[in-house]
Amino acid sequence: MEAAIRARGLTKRFGARSAVEDVTFDVPVGEVFGFLGPNGAGKTTTVRVLSTLVRPTAGTAEVAGIPVSEESGAEIRNQISVMTETPGLYLRLTVFDNLEYFAGLYGIPPRDARERILAALDAVGMAGRLGDRAGALSKGLRQRVALARALLPDPRVLFLDEPTSGLDPVATREVRELIDGLRDRGVTVFLTTHRLEEAERLCDRIAILNTTLRIVGTPADLRRTLFSPALEVSTVAPITDPGELFASVRGVDGWDSTGSASYRVSVHQPMAVAPDLARAIVASGVGLVHLSEATHSLEDVYLQLVRDDVEAAR
Amino acid sequence: MNARVRAVLRKELREFRRNKLVVGTMAALPVIFVALPLTSVLAVKAGTPLLAIKGVVGGAGLGLFLVPLLLPTIVAGYAVVGEREQGTLEPVLSTPVRREELLIGKALAAIVPTVAIAYALFTLFVIVVRLFAVPEVLTLVWRPAQVVAIVLFTPLLVAFSIWVGLAISVRSSDVRVAQQLATLAVLPMAGLLALFTFRVVSPNVMTAIVGAVLLLVIDVGAWRVVSGLFDRERLLTRYGGP
Repeated sequence: MEAAIRARGLTKRFGARSAVEDVTFDVPVGEVFGFLGPNGAGKTTTVRVLSTLVRPTAGTAEVAGIPVSEESGAEIRNQISVMTETPGLYLRLTVFDNLEYFAGLYGIPPRDARERILAALDAVGMAGRLGDRAGALSKGLRQRVALARALLPDPRVLFLDEPTSGLDPVATREVRELIDGLRDRGVTVFLTTHRLEEAERLCDRIAILNTTLRIVGTPADLRRTLFSPALEVSTVAPITDPGELFASVRGVDGWDSTGSASYRVSVHQPMAVAPDLARAIVASGVGLVHLSEATHSLEDVYLQLVRDDVEAAR
Repeated sequence: MNARVRAVLRKELREFRRNKLVVGTMAALPVIFVALPLTSVLAVKAGTPLLAIKGVVGGAGLGLFLVPLLLPTIVAGYAVVGEREQGTLEPVLSTPVRREELLIGKALAAIVPTVAIAYALFTLFVIVVRLFAVPEVLTLVWRPAQVVAIVLFTPLLVAFSIWVGLAISVRSSDVRVAQQLATLAVLPMAGLLALFTFRVVSPNVMTAIVGAVLLLVIDVGAWRVVSGLFDRERLLTRYGGP
């Protein structure tokens, strides 16, 4: 598996404060990798280290196969593109002037620049706003121009910081489709976001950071790691003696009440236990309303981890 | 000039053109700096003692030198801190542009208009003096040493002023503070120039050339300091750098 990004024990301290501590992960080529974490968790610092804007205090990293170092900075930045959280446009200049400047900084020959600018703007639905002054655009449109700017150099690795922040639902959907399209073209996308549903929908794998790397994996892996399998049960009326009833079913490991007539039943094999559990409830004379395998969203995973950190810090 | 330096230069000039504060200052200051010296030299009457005329012409010469010294600080003071304020610094630093390319592009954007303005003002000054001033004034103004000094000193003073402005801009967090500090920081150079314009140092072609070489050495030193200060990590965080 060829890695587009490789971090080993990456650490960044600012004075006595540790922003990122001993972070290790790989991002294969062509993967959309979600990087989640609360404010101040070290996400931006990690991106800045990988894009050679700040030096790591310890550890090593490779981006696009090039070791991150002072000397390789320009070489790495030639292979990547970074879309920062704020659009960072020159508000007095037109959309075209903004992109033409960055085309120049990326070394795109002037004869190709116009075509590349038009293609990038077209990809974000902004081809018609070429001559508009950036300062006259709404926040969402500026965000789209910033995304077009990130696409301009045709990068091998694209770092996106909150790319859909400030966008309306239609534009958000277009951006998500764009990211899917980038994956299809083999571009590696390193996506920093607070939108958990967006990360779940777009990302092949997800990392949750809170100074240290708390977990990495596919959304399904993350759920499996943090939550044991369970069945959710709702009945018409409360079960008289739920402890006795659930204990009588083979394969049940424990239970919790989640409401006046609803329960979470821990099991190892939900599919095997569910029929016996249903029969036992019906046999007890209580009407069964609902029985299903418990599902956990990425939000549950995220909150579980972050809550653990908050409690550990107390 | 490589493509990235050209891109920075073109962008900077476009931005300046659309920035009313920069355009206004670049237009107003030169008018003041040429009007005051002209007024003083045109007020000199025939028969005024030579020592007094030398004093007036010396002051006028110093006034003309203030244009290349002070004008670039307006632009250079804005150069980095202005980018930081509008959030464009990080996207720019994330590109393959090298710090030398960025600094040279920004410096050229300040040098080109300022040197052009300074030369134009001196030409205007000489023409007006030739047409309307008493001959004694013209004799002192239109001297080879004076012309050589203006031609050589102007770009070197502009460069010095820009490096000082950039150095302050790199460390500052507010555009106006950066511009004011840069203006203050270049004033000691005016003192050195006064030695020349007021003839404390013998004003001949050789001293003008020696002065230019000295300025060049100062410029190279200032460039190295600015280049060292321009550290990506320091610009984005308050840490890092030399």
